[in-house]
Amino acid sequence: MASVTIENVRKAFGETEVIHGVDIAIADGEFVVLVGPSGCGKSTLLRMIAGLESITAGEVKIAERVVNRLPAKARDIAMVFQNYALYPHMTVFENMAFSMRLRKAPAAEVESRVREAAGILGLQPLLQRFPRQLSGGQRQRVAMGRAIVRDPQVFLFDEPLSNLDAKLRVAMRTEIKALHQRVGGTTIYVTHDQIEAMTMADKIVVMQGGNVEQIGAPLELYDAPDNLFVAGFIGSPAMNFLRGRVEADGAGTVFASADGARLPLGERRGLEAGREVVLGFRPEHIALGPDGTGIGVEVVVTEPTGSEVQVVARHGGDEVVAVFRERHQPAPGTRLSLAPDPAQIHVFDAETGRTLRA
Amino acid sequence: MAETPLETARRAAAPDDAASAWTRLQSNRNWLGFWFMLPAAAFLILFLAYPLGLGVWLSFTDAKVGSEGEWIGLENYEWLLGVAPVSDFLGIIANELFGTEFELEGDTTFWLSVFNTLLYTVVASAIKFAIGLYLALLLNRHMPFKAIIRAVVLIPFIVPTVLSAIAFWWIFDTQFSILTWMLQGLGAIAEDHQINWLGDETMARASVIFANIWRGVPFIAITLLAGLQTVSASLYEAAVIDGATRWQMFRYITYPLLTPIIAVVMTFSVLFTFTDFQLIWVLTRGGPFNATHLMATLSYQRAILGGYLGEGAAISTAMIPFLLAAIMFSWFGLQRRKWQHGGRDD
Ligand SMILES: Nc1ncnc2c1ncn2[C@@H]1O[C@H](COP(=O)(O)OP(=O)(O)O)[C@@H](O)[C@H]1O
Ligand SMILES: [Mg+2]
Repeated sequence: MASVTIENVRKAFGETEVIHGVDIAIADGEFVVLVGPSGCGKSTLLRMIAGLESITAGEVKIAERVVNRLPAKARDIAMVFQNYALYPHMTVFENMAFSMRLRKAPAAEVESRVREAAGILGLQPLLQRFPRQLSGGQRQRVAMGRAIVRDPQVFLFDEPLSNLDAKLRVAMRTEIKALHQRVGGTTIYVTHDQIEAMTMADKIVVMQGGNVEQIGAPLELYDAPDNLFVAGFIGSPAMNFLRGRVEADGAGTVFASADGARLPLGERRGLEAGREVVLGFRPEHIALGPDGTGIGVEVVVTEPTGSEVQVVARHGGDEVVAVFRERHQPAPGTRLSLAPDPAQIHVFDAETGRTLRA
Repeated sequence: MAETPLETARRAAAPDDAASAWTRLQSNRNWLGFWFMLPAAAFLILFLAYPLGLGVWLSFTDAKVGSEGEWIGLENYEWLLGVAPVSDFLGIIANELFGTEFELEGDTTFWLSVFNTLLYTVVASAIKFAIGLYLALLLNRHMPFKAIIRAVVLIPFIVPTVLSAIAFWWIFDTQFSILTWMLQGLGAIAEDHQINWLGDETMARASVIFANIWRGVPFIAITLLAGLQTVSASLYEAAVIDGATRWQMFRYITYPLLTPIIAVVMTFSVLFTFTDFQLIWVLTRGGPFNATHLMATLSYQRAILGGYLGEGAAISTAMIPFLLAAIMFSWFGLQRRKWQHGGRDD
C-alpha cells in the first residue's frame, strides 16, 4: 500500500509541452480516476507514473519516495492497458506468471499465486488457453490477473474498458470496483468516460489540455463544479448553459438572456449588474413553471425512456434539455416555461469560465 | 389421368430440367472455381511442372546434346551415388572436414559438390540469419535517417546478382583486390603479401560464402524488420512493467513472436542458397579443384558444357530431396504455432 504524490509535473515531447504542471495527492488505498477528453494528457501522466515516459519536470513520489529516476520495474506498480497487451504466444497461466518467472520465483509460489488470482477473477477454467481463444471481457480479466499476481503497491489502468461493448463495460466496471474493495491497493484509473469516473472513483481528477481543472469526490464535482468545463463534462445529459448578463432587480440581481428569460440569482451572490455570465442548471433540476415566467422554450423532441422523459428544446440560440420524472409528453413545437430550481443553479463568468460563488 | 394437386405443386417446385443444366453450371461454385483456376494451373503446368518433369525424365535416360537418349533406368544415379550412398556421403564429409582418405564408391566430384552445397548453405544461411536478425533489430529502433539507412541496407538485394558477382570478382582478384589493399593498409598483412582469395581451396570457399552472405542479408533483414514491426509496442511496455530486461524481452517476446516469419524467410533463404548458381559461376566456375562446385554448377557443367544431359539432370534431381526436407522441416517444425490458430471456443 502506498500513497502517490504528483508535484508540479510537466511533460514535453520535444518542443511541445503537453502536461503543464500538475499536482495531485493520492492517499493510500484510494481509487482515483483521471478523466478528461481525448488528448488531454491522461495517458501521458499515467505513463509517467508507471515509468514508461520520462518526467520532464516536477516530482512523482510513490510511498514518499521520489521515483523520477527509478525504472518501471523498481516502482512496484502494475498496469492494465487498453488493448490488454497480453502476450499472444503465452497461455493465460504463462501471461499471469511471467513477471514472477522473470524474478525466478519458486515454481510452487508462482503456481499458488497465479491460481489465487485466477480464483478471484474466475479464470481457473481458462488458464491453459491462449489470448486468441478468449473473449474481450476474459482478456480484460487476464490483464487484471496479471496485475494482481504482481501484488503491487499501485494499480494503474489506462482506459481498460474502452474496447468492450456497452453491456460488458458496465459489468466490468462493477467488477473492477469490487476487485479494488477486495484486493485493496492504491488505484489510478484513466478514462474519458465521465460515467465510469462517477461510478468508480473515490476521487476524480478532471483534466483538460494538460491541466487539472478540478479534483474532488464525484458528487462534489457534480454539485459544485469549479468552472464551466467541469460543469459541462460531468453529468449526462450534460448541464444546460444559457448566455446572458446580470441585471439589478430591486434588492437582488437577476439573470437575463437576450431572448427574454429572467431568473432571480438571489441576494447571496455578489454580482455586479452588467456582467456577462453563463447560467448553468442540470436537466433534472427543472420544473414546469407558469406560462410567461422563467425560461421560455420551444420543444424540439420528446424522448420517453419509461423511467423518465427527456425533453430537448430551444431557447433562442441555446439548446436546453430537461428531464422529468413526471410523464409530461409535450409535442414538438409546444412552447413551455421552464423553472430551474433556484438552489441548484450555477453562475459562471462568461470570460474566464470560473464559477461565481457566494 | 389428370394431375393431382400434389403433383402439380411438385412440378412447380422442381427446376425446369432443360434450362437448369446451364444455370446449375453457372451457379456451382466448384465448377466456376475450376474455370477461374484454369489459367493459373495451365501456367504452372507449362512453366513449372513440365520442365521439372522433363528434368526428372532426362535423369533416367542417357540423353546427350544432339541425341534423344534412351531409358536407362537408375544407371545415372548408380554412377553418381555409387552402390553405398550413405557411406559415401559420410565419407566425403569425413574427408573434407577431418582430412581422412576414404575411397568413395560413387562419383567423387558429385559427392564433393554435395558436400560443398551443404557447407555453403549451412554456413551462409546461419551467418545471414544472425546478421539479418541483428540488422533488423537495429533498424527497428528509433534513429536518425531511418528511411535512408533502410534503403541502403536493401542495395545488395537490388543489384543484379551477376553485377555484384563481377564486383566481387574484382574484390577477390589476386592482384587488384581492394580487400588485400585494405588489409595491407591496416597493417594486418605485410605490404608485399598477396592473398589468393579465389585460388586457395579454403579461401575460395570462404570468399564465395562471403559474397553470398552480402547478397542475402538484406532479404532477411528487411523481412524480419517487417515482422518486428507487427509486434505491438504495448507488449514491450507490459514486459518492462513485468520487469523484463532487454535480453529477456528479446528471448521471451520478440523471438517467439518472430518464429513464424523466421521459418518462412529462412526456408526461402535456404532454398535460394542451396540452388545458387550465378555467384559461383562468375567467381570461380566451381574451382579451384572443384572446391566450390555446387550441385547446380556441377549439373550445368556436366549437362550443358559436357553435353551429358542425362547425368546433369540426375544431379539436379538429386537436389530435390534436400529441398523437400528443408521445406518439410520449416513447415512442420517451425511455421505453424498453436497460439496462432484462431478459434474462440475449443
Ligand atoms: N510520444 C508522443 N510524442 C509526441 N506527442 C505525444 C506523444 N504521446 C502523446 N502525445 C501528445 O500528448 C497529448 C496527450 O496525449 P495522451 O496522454 O495520449 O492523451 P489522452 O490519454 O488523454 O487521450 C496529445 O496531444 C498527444 O498528441
Ligand atoms: Mg489515452
